[in-house]
Amino acid sequence: MSEQPPVRVRVTGPARRRTVAAAPTGTREIDADTALGAIYMGSLVRDQLRLALRILLLLAVSMGGLPLVFHLVPRLADTTVVGVPLPWVLLGVLVYPWLITLGWAFVRRAERHEHDFADLVAEVER
Amino acid sequence: MSPDLSAVPGVVAVTLVTLATLAIGTWGLRFSRTTSDFFVASRTVGPRLNASAIGGEYLSAASFLGVAGLLLVFGADMLWYPVGWTAGYLVLLVLVAAPLRRSGAYTLPDFAEARLGSRRVRAACSVLVVLIGWLYLLPQFQGASVTLTAAIGAPRWLGAVIVAAVVLANVTSGGMRSITFVQAFQYWLKLTALLVPAAFLLVVWFGDGAPDLTTAAGGGADSWSLPLGEGGGQGLYVTYSLIVATFLGTMGLPHVVVRFYTNPDGRAARRTTLVVLGLLGMFYLLPPVYAALGRVYAPELIGSGRSEALVLELPRLMLPGTTGDLLTGLVTAGAFAAFLSTSSGLAIAVAGVLSQDVTGRRFGTHRLSGVTAFRVGAVFAVVVPCALALSSPDVGVARTVGLAFAVAASTFCPLLVLGIWWRGLTASGAVAGLLVGGLGSGAAVGWTLVTSGTTGWPAVLLGQPAAWSVPAAALTMVAVSLWTKDQAPAHTHRFMVRLHTPESVLVDRG
Repeated sequence: MSEQPPVRVRVTGPARRRTVAAAPTGTREIDADTALGAIYMGSLVRDQLRLALRILLLLAVSMGGLPLVFHLVPRLADTTVVGVPLPWVLLGVLVYPWLITLGWAFVRRAERHEHDFADLVAEVER
Repeated sequence: MSPDLSAVPGVVAVTLVTLATLAIGTWGLRFSRTTSDFFVASRTVGPRLNASAIGGEYLSAASFLGVAGLLLVFGADMLWYPVGWTAGYLVLLVLVAAPLRRSGAYTLPDFAEARLGSRRVRAACSVLVVLIGWLYLLPQFQGASVTLTAAIGAPRWLGAVIVAAVVLANVTSGGMRSITFVQAFQYWLKLTALLVPAAFLLVVWFGDGAPDLTTAAGGGADSWSLPLGEGGGQGLYVTYSLIVATFLGTMGLPHVVVRFYTNPDGRAARRTTLVVLGLLGMFYLLPPVYAALGRVYAPELIGSGRSEALVLELPRLMLPGTTGDLLTGLVTAGAFAAFLSTSSGLAIAVAGVLSQDVTGRRFGTHRLSGVTAFRVGAVFAVVVPCALALSSPDVGVARTVGLAFAVAASTFCPLLVLGIWWRGLTASGAVAGLLVGGLGSGAAVGWTLVTSGTTGWPAVLLGQPAAWSVPAAALTMVAVSLWTKDQAPAHTHRFMVRLHTPESVLVDRG
């Protein structure tokens, strides 16, 4: 038998009083369509719409600008990149990775907005 | 039909594609039991399978044959077609994809009715879905006739009848569930059917010492590589109007929208769309290769009026002998897959709407069951445009498809975007906007199809209406909605919550 005292063990019992399962404040406010709920919803919709409009603006400027540029400076069409005319490189090849990049950026941010929103409305009132 | 040996690969290819389509459709039948299976494959399709199916459904004859032919003849300004058809999915992704899935509706009219609580809006949407669907089906059947005539010398009616029969067999037997497998298969078939011959042809081109493709036969290189319509300001207008129609029209095509309901949730709908962007981008790299090679090896097609046959004929022109014949068989198979998959998707969308609003109604004391109503709807969806394709003269594949895009952009695009993002939309506003957009764009392009006497700016404005008809429809919707502000449906708040909150948040979705 060793002389060392036995390791201390904390003994706990089940809680006598169950804590009331609090519904998350945010979802309750949204369900009741209160002023606070409207603010929660408004912030989500506004964030997503702003993100969508930013992506569409990038699309409009980058793609929508091309006809105007070529209309004003038709000589650009004669420029070649490794033997291929510039318009064909831009509209035949490069445009597709660009569209995928825009789409990927959108999906990532949109999912982050939703994640943040879920966290926000799930916070329990203390 | 004379026994011509050169027709053998084409006949074999068409037979194989038809058999494979029917076999996969029948295999999918094992999984189709309920009405929900028929309409939306019970919403259990994962992003990768669903994206392949969307790609397979979306890449019609216009993409497979039309783009290369247009590029060969008109040059770089035609690149806006494939670019617009792909960018349309980006616009759909950022504005519509996830909320549309979360709306929980089966079809476009369902969405409109749920959002606005109005039978009038529903009726207007149903009419538009059926009209746009038939408009888009008509050129698919005509294209099938042209292809079979060109590839194997078949009589004109045969192609349309084969496509109609196969589509009808598949749609009525398995509905959306079996069509999903068929269309996913057909995307990869179409990609292979363009990719493999393109690789062979590029090897031949290198073997010939890589002749310069830009300065070859037919017209000056300048206008061929300029990405603009001809005629200064008019050309600029036509190009921009085409951009508006294709970028915004994609989200309003009934067969595209109906596929989004098959995703399990909003997040999956977004990811599916992103994969679709990749699949379409991969496919559209190929038609320009055929067009550029065609400038050197098939210059006789440029002025012949048969430029759409470029993809079908180029392998034989560049590679005489068995290899050329085999590659011709492969591209014929791809072209046939294009007709089958697009027509199937459209037939599903139109049949879904018809069965809910027409064939599923009570007639006297009799009422058809869900699945039977869907099957009867499918018969109407396919037989009407097929009969039109057989009886009417060739309207022109690209023009009719363009009309469908312009009408979709001028009607469903403003309805979806305003319905999802603006609480103020009312039923009266929606109906007024749909009328202005639908009648404006429909009348304009209808006029262009019927007469060719108009010239100058009127012809340009009527031939490409999207640039004015889309803003007109959107402004009408907003103005009339503001006018009838007190009619805004009471459940708007609950519906907006449903559209925009992620599924992980437990809220009351109405």
